[in-house]
Amino acid sequence: MIELKHICKTFDSAGGEVEALKDVSLKIEKGEIYGIIGMSGAGKSTLVRCMNLLERPTSGEIWVDGQELEKMSSKELRQARREITMIFQHFNLLMQRTCLRNVCFPMELSGMKKADAEKRARELLELVGLPDKAGAYPAQLSGGQQQRIAIARALATNPKVLLCDEATSALDPNTTHQILQLIRELNRELGITVVIITHQMSVVKEICDKVAILDGGEVAEEGLVSAVFAAPKSAAGRRLVFPSGADALVSDPAAERRVRLIFRDSQTTGIPLVARLAAEESIYCNVISASTQQLSREVYGSMLLGIPSAQFDRAVDFIKAYPNIQVEEVDHNVQ
Amino acid sequence: MYSDLFSAESLADLQTVLPQIPFAIWETLYVTLLSTFLATVIGLPLGVLLVVGEKGGVLPLPKGVLHVLNVIINLLRSVPFLILMIMVFPLSRLIIGTAVGTAATIVPLVVAAFPFIARLVEGSLREVDPNIVEAAQSMGATPVQIICRVMIPESVPSLLQNVTIALTTILGYSAMSGIIGGGGLGKIAIDYGYYRYKYLVMLVAVILLVLLVQVLQTIGTKLAIHSDKRLKK
Repeated sequence: MIELKHICKTFDSAGGEVEALKDVSLKIEKGEIYGIIGMSGAGKSTLVRCMNLLERPTSGEIWVDGQELEKMSSKELRQARREITMIFQHFNLLMQRTCLRNVCFPMELSGMKKADAEKRARELLELVGLPDKAGAYPAQLSGGQQQRIAIARALATNPKVLLCDEATSALDPNTTHQILQLIRELNRELGITVVIITHQMSVVKEICDKVAILDGGEVAEEGLVSAVFAAPKSAAGRRLVFPSGADALVSDPAAERRVRLIFRDSQTTGIPLVARLAAEESIYCNVISASTQQLSREVYGSMLLGIPSAQFDRAVDFIKAYPNIQVEEVDHNVQ
Repeated sequence: MYSDLFSAESLADLQTVLPQIPFAIWETLYVTLLSTFLATVIGLPLGVLLVVGEKGGVLPLPKGVLHVLNVIINLLRSVPFLILMIMVFPLSRLIIGTAVGTAATIVPLVVAAFPFIARLVEGSLREVDPNIVEAAQSMGATPVQIICRVMIPESVPSLLQNVTIALTTILGYSAMSGIIGGGGLGKIAIDYGYYRYKYLVMLVAVILLVLLVQVLQTIGTKLAIHSDKRLKK
């Protein structure tokens, strides 16, 4: 549905040129919920703005639904933008219009008859669960309600793609959950492709099928959420997945070697592995960090162990005997 | 000069002028409102151009055009109104057929007020949240749609507030135009107070001008607040 090929974007700023995006290539399939996560300044917002050409890339190609956006005339682009709608962190509703007229707005732009637009707007308000707010002004609504109105507005032109630019970042956790549930329902019922830009891990975990981790304007890694979050390969990925990991100097690198274990399902996360190593093999290892998380309704565990160097091979063989535990030696800089 | 303000002679003078007062109020209001309206018709689009025509604006204009526009506005804004009234005589003759009288004062008033209004409109439009403009762009709005359906409607409360400021300023200018024969309260104040030393008449005319400003400002502020849907009511 969306394909980005070698996107570069450079901004001229007072302190010289800033490379916001460096050779970013991504492919987002139809019907997917695709998350793009990264720290502030990683280039997430610039990237999502390239997908509807609010931001023109310095080089590279953007294909949406089989059409190359940059080759379009401004009229064709305006037409295409009705198929790729967007919701924002601060909702960006028209403050001097009622909710109903906000939802009517994109239909008004495309020249739809007022009566038809209002009829559809009322259906959309029903869909997002706020039929009673038609006559209210945005300032009278809570943040979550405003975002629902913004979603209704974004759906008005029957888009194929919904871009969410930090759409839940200004909302409390409970409201965030409700908005994400709504987006997931829309994805399932309307088959709309969703791109979610966020800095919140919880958002990606809750709703996304695939994720790309953006770091310093580059895609650090990309893939199924379950794969990336269970065993992040890149440094940026590990920083996100294990944000409060143990310090590298927690143990003596000469005396012990480190392994990362990934537990693949709830059966293996139930194994008292460290205790068994001690009781059955008399190997006393050091737990540097450990966590379990739920991704797409499956439980994943991850553990970082320091194993005395002399007993390392024996310990690894013991662990490998369990079928669903993945073992990987890592260096001491890994957290 | 104020020692015999309420002498029998002063009061008698006031009595002879009194019948002219209602018509003078009407003339002042008519000149002020019509000039403000015409100046807004010219100033609003220019103010819009100043904002949307910038680099990175909704409808970028060639740099030279914007520059010329800015220079003209600044130039007209820096000429004192008293001088401007005289300088536009040829223009008044061209449009109205005469350079003196009530109708003729509308020309210098509009010339003085439209650059002022353009700047006020510029200020109002700059207050519009750029994120809302971006949202409209993301929905495929044309530049004209963004101006007419987003920027202007979103800044209506601020525009009303600023037009009120322009209205009261023009009211003050219109009083000054008594010098070139423009009718109204200003003319009474100048003719009786300044030329004939009838200070009581001058004082009454000034008090009426103050009251007019109060009334217009109150109405303008009420309208601006009433129109603003951002305020929770």
